Amino acid sequence: MYPSRFRYEAPRSIDEAVALLHQGAGEAKVLAGGQSLVPLLKLRFAAPELLVDINSLPGLDYHRVDADGTIRVGALCRHADLERSTILATRQPTMAAAARVIADPIVRNRGTLVGSLCHADPQGDWASVVTALGGYVTAQGSSGRRNIPIAQFVTGPFQNALAHDEVAVEAVIPAPKGTVAGGYLKLERRVGDFATAGAAVALEMSGAVVTRAGIALTGVGGSTIDAADAAHALVGGPLTADSIGRAADLAAQAAQPRTDHRGSADYKRHIVRTFVERILTRVAQPTERAA
Amino acid sequence: MTRALDEIKIGGLGSSRKRVEDNRFIRGRGNYVDDIVLPGMLHMEILRSPMAHARINSIDTSKAWEIPGVRLVLTGEMMATRNLAWMPTLSYDTQAVLATDKVRFQGQEVACVIADDPYIAKDGCEAITVDYEPLPVIVNPNQAMADGAPLIRDDKENQHDNVIYDWEVGDKEGTDRAFAQADLVSKLELHYPRSHPSPIECCGSIADFNRATSKLTIYLTSQAPHLHRAAIALVAELPEHMIRIVSPDIGGGFGNKVPVYPGYVVSILASILLERPVKWIEDKTGNLISTGYARDMYLHGEMALRKDGKILAMRMHADSDHGAFFSDAQPSKFKIGLLHSTFACYDVPAAHLTARGVYTNKAPGGVAYRCSFRVTEAMFFQERMMQAAADDLGMDQAEFRRRNFVRDDDFPHRTPFGFLTDSGQYGKCLDVGLEAIGYSDFLKRKEEAKKQGRLLGIGISAMTEPLGAGNSREYDILGVKMFDAAELRVHLTGKAILRTGAKTQGQGHETTWAQIVAHELGLPAEDIVVEEGDTDTAPYGMGTYASRSTPVAGAAVAMVARKVRAKARKLAAHLLEVSEEDIDWELGRFYVRSSPEHGVTIQECAMAAYSNMPDGMEPGLENVAYYDPPNLTWPFGCYIATVEVDPQTGVWDVLNVVAVDDCGVRINPMIVEGQIMGGLTEAYAMSSMQFITFDAQGNCVGSNYMDYLLPTAWEAPGYELHEVVTPSPHHPIGAKGVGECATVGGPAAFVNAVIDAIKDTGVRNIDMPLLPDRVYEALTQRHDVSGAPPVKTDD
Repeated sequence: MYPSRFRYEAPRSIDEAVALLHQGAGEAKVLAGGQSLVPLLKLRFAAPELLVDINSLPGLDYHRVDADGTIRVGALCRHADLERSTILATRQPTMAAAARVIADPIVRNRGTLVGSLCHADPQGDWASVVTALGGYVTAQGSSGRRNIPIAQFVTGPFQNALAHDEVAVEAVIPAPKGTVAGGYLKLERRVGDFATAGAAVALEMSGAVVTRAGIALTGVGGSTIDAADAAHALVGGPLTADSIGRAADLAAQAAQPRTDHRGSADYKRHIVRTFVERILTRVAQPTERAA
Repeated sequence: MTRALDEIKIGGLGSSRKRVEDNRFIRGRGNYVDDIVLPGMLHMEILRSPMAHARINSIDTSKAWEIPGVRLVLTGEMMATRNLAWMPTLSYDTQAVLATDKVRFQGQEVACVIADDPYIAKDGCEAITVDYEPLPVIVNPNQAMADGAPLIRDDKENQHDNVIYDWEVGDKEGTDRAFAQADLVSKLELHYPRSHPSPIECCGSIADFNRATSKLTIYLTSQAPHLHRAAIALVAELPEHMIRIVSPDIGGGFGNKVPVYPGYVVSILASILLERPVKWIEDKTGNLISTGYARDMYLHGEMALRKDGKILAMRMHADSDHGAFFSDAQPSKFKIGLLHSTFACYDVPAAHLTARGVYTNKAPGGVAYRCSFRVTEAMFFQERMMQAAADDLGMDQAEFRRRNFVRDDDFPHRTPFGFLTDSGQYGKCLDVGLEAIGYSDFLKRKEEAKKQGRLLGIGISAMTEPLGAGNSREYDILGVKMFDAAELRVHLTGKAILRTGAKTQGQGHETTWAQIVAHELGLPAEDIVVEEGDTDTAPYGMGTYASRSTPVAGAAVAMVARKVRAKARKLAAHLLEVSEEDIDWELGRFYVRSSPEHGVTIQECAMAAYSNMPDGMEPGLENVAYYDPPNLTWPFGCYIATVEVDPQTGVWDVLNVVAVDDCGVRINPMIVEGQIMGGLTEAYAMSSMQFITFDAQGNCVGSNYMDYLLPTAWEAPGYELHEVVTPSPHHPIGAKGVGECATVGGPAAFVNAVIDAIKDTGVRNIDMPLLPDRVYEALTQRHDVSGAPPVKTDD
C-alpha cells in the first residue's frame, strides 16, 4: 500500500490552489477529506504527479443557511458537521437523513460533501441527495467562478465537469418555495459498505399538495440516476397511495442496476421501489415530514 | 484453622483478573513485527499474478534493476538455482515459492524486489514485465472434476487429474442396513463459503542473517514459532540451532499465521544473499488473496430416521476446494481434518462419510479459521441437518435434539466415526439456553406475528467439538508429534517466570498461565511473568491454534507447577524439620499435619532453594514439563438466535442471541466470555455478510475490506452468555478448549433462525452468507438459494 511518487503542495488561498492546478496541467488532484483519493493512491489506481491539499484554505469549512433558505456547504465541511447540524435537522430532512448514513463515523470525521460530489462515485450518497434537491456546485478556476447544476456536474462514473484548473468550493441547495419533506434510505451490507441501492426523495409542498419533487437513486446505474419521471408523477397533487405507488414504480423503472455480489438487478430495482414507497408513505403522514 | 490464600484474591483459577498484556496494547506500546527496525534494514515487496491460471513465457526484470535503491530482484528461476522455487506444505504436497512454470491462482507470488524502502520496492515490482499466456480457469470442484478439465498441477508426476484425495471413514454396510430400516430419510445439500481469518495485522517477517555468527534471526508473525523453526531448517537446509524465531506481539492469528508463506522464505534468502536484514510486511490485499483461506466445502448428506425421531444413521459426502496447492495446515492423519467429528454429540448408531479434495485456481491454505481442522464445516452441516430433519419429521427442533443427545451417563462415548468424547451435560445446556431465550413464549410470539405478516424465527445450534490436538498418537505435523512444554523458574524472592512453546495472539496467555501457576503454587498471579515466542528461550511447543493452548500448553503449565511444588515440599520439610510425609499443602503454604500452625509459605521455600537447601539437594527452584494429552477435550456449546426477517427487503435483524458454553473449568471467566463474544461475532459475520468468491476468470472478489466485510460494533448483535461446567476428566485442572466454540457453533444458529422464519415457503436452505437479496429471493421465489453469490452475471 505504497503510493507512487507525487509532489505535495498545501496552498493557503484558493487563488494559489488554482494556480497550482493550472501548472499541474491535468496531472494534479485536489485532496480534501481524502477518504476516496488516499485509498486510490495507496492502491496505485491513481498516480497524480501533484497533490494539491486544500485543507489549509481558510473559510471553507462552513455550512450555513441564507436568509431566503438557500443552504451552502463549503468544500471543507465534513460529513460529521452535517450529521450534527441543527440547520439540516430543522430545515432539510433529505440531507439530514443522508448525513446519518454516510460511510462510517471515521470516514465522516474527515470526508466532505463537496469532495464526494467531485468523486462522482455512482454509489456515492451525496450526489443523489443534491440531485433530488436540484442543487449546484460552485467552482473557481483561472477564468473565475461559475455555478454548475448537479445534473451537469456529474458527467459519468468517477467523472465531473470541473476543468483541470478548477476547485469546487461550495455546494448549494436552492431555497425551497414551500414546506420541505423527504428522506434518504439505503441498503448496505454493513456500515461503511457501498450502497447496494439507495433512494433520495426531496419534496416541496404547499399544504398537502406537492409543488416540487426530486427523486434520485444511488448505486443502481453507471452514474447517479435522476428519476425525473417518478418525481414528476408526484407534482401537482397530494400524496396518495396511488401517486406513491406510481412514483415508486417509475423510480424502479429508472434504475439501471447490474447483478453483482451485492444483489441481483431485479432485487436492487425492487429495493428502489420499496424505499421510494417507504419514504413517501412516511412523509404522507401529517405528523411526519422526514423519513 | 486454614491459612490458605483466597484463590480469587491472588488471581488464581476463576479470577476475572484484567489482562496484563492490555496495559501495553491500549497504550499503543505493543511490539509487532512491523514495529521492529534493524540497522541497515531493507524492504521487500511481492509482485503477484493478476491472472488465475497462465503459463509464464518470460519475466523481464531489467527495468526494476535500473531503479536507484533496488538491491535485489528475485524470480522463481533464481529461487530454483537454490532449490527454493518450491517448498513442502503441511499436508505433504508442494507449493510454489515464486512461480516458475505457471501461475495457478490470482495473487500468486511471481517475483520479489528488495530495496532501500518499500516505496522503491513497489516501484520495482511495477517495472517488472511478465509475459503470461492465459489458460482455462477452474474455480469450483465441479469444474475441477469435469471431463477434459485442464490439469492445474502438471508440475507433479503421476497427477493426471485435479483430484487430490478420495477418503472415507465409517461403516458403509452398517449405514446401508440402517437406511433400509428407516421410516424417513431427510436430505440436505449446502456450501460453506470460502472465508478468511483476516487478522488485523497481516503476515510479515524480518530475516536477519549475520555472516559473522552464521546466526539467522527471524522476526515472524507466527502462531507456532518452533514449528516454523523446524520447517525453515528443513526447507532451507539450515542448521536448526542457528535459527532463532522471534514471534513478538501478534495482531491476531485465527489460523492465518500457522503456515509457512513464500514471503517468509524469500525474505530469508534475500537476507542471506545481501547480508542485511530484510523486512517483508504484507498488505491487506496480499493477505486476503494469497494466504490461508478457510472452508470452501460442498457438503451433502442424508439422515435415516425412525418416525419417533430417533436418528438411525448418517451418510455424508464432502467436496473440498483446496485451491492450487494442498497446504491445509492440519496435523491429523485424516485427509479432511476432523470433519468426521460431525454428529459427535448425538447418538448415531451408524455413519459413513466420503470426501474428495480437489485443486482449483484459487489461493491455497485451508487453515482452521478459529476452529479445529474442518470442525466448523462439520458442525455447521450437523446443525443444519438437524433442523431439516426436525422439520421433515414435524417435530419440535429442541425436542428432536434432546431425544438424540448422548446422555450424561454415557461417557466416554464412541462417536459414529470413532472419536471418544470425554464428558458433557448436553441436555442441561440446551435447557439453560431455552429458558434464557424464553423458548415457548417466543414460539407464541412468532405465531402472533405471523398473523400481522411479520416473520420471526428461532434457530438452535448445539455441538461438541474436538479441541486440543494432539495426542501424539494421532496428531503430528510433518512427523513432529503434537505436545507442549512449559518451563517455570521461581526466583529467590518468590517471583517467577513461566515460558511455554505456545504463542498468544490475543488469547491472553500472559494473564491466564499465571493464574494456573497461582492455582498450583499459591504465588500471586501478578508475581509471575509469562514469556512466549522466542525459540532460543521458550521450551518446545507446537504453537497456538485449534483451541489447543489450554488443553495442552495449559496442562503443561499445571504439570510444571506441580513439579516445582514437589521440590518445594522437600524444601519445606527441611525448613520445618519434619519428614515430607508429615506435611500437607494448602494454597500457598506447607504445614505440619499434626501442628497446622507450623508452616512455611511457598515464598519461603523459594528463598531456601537459593539460600538454605538441605545437604545434597540441587539448588534452585525450576523445572520443565512436557505434556502429551491422553485425548482431545470436548467442550459443548448451545447457541440460540432469534431473528425478524423483513418480508419486503429480505433484511434480517437479530433479536436475541443466547450462548451456553460448557468448556469445563474456566481459568479466567472474563477472557472466556470475550472469546465467546468474539466467536459469535465471527459466526454472525459468516452467516450474514462474509465470503470470498471468484468470477469465471478466477478474479477474487473479497480482496479488500470494502468487499470482504468484517462486522463493526454497529452490526454485531448483543449476546447473553450462560455457563455449565463439566470438568474435563483428563485435563489436570479440568479445563477444555473454548476459543473457537462460538465460531464453530454459531453460524448454524443464525442460519437456522432465518430459515425458521421463512419455512412456510418450503425453503430448506439458503447458503451463507444470507445477504438480504438471497433471503428475498428464497421468500418470493419459494426455492432454495445455493452456492456463492453471483459475480456480474449479466455483463
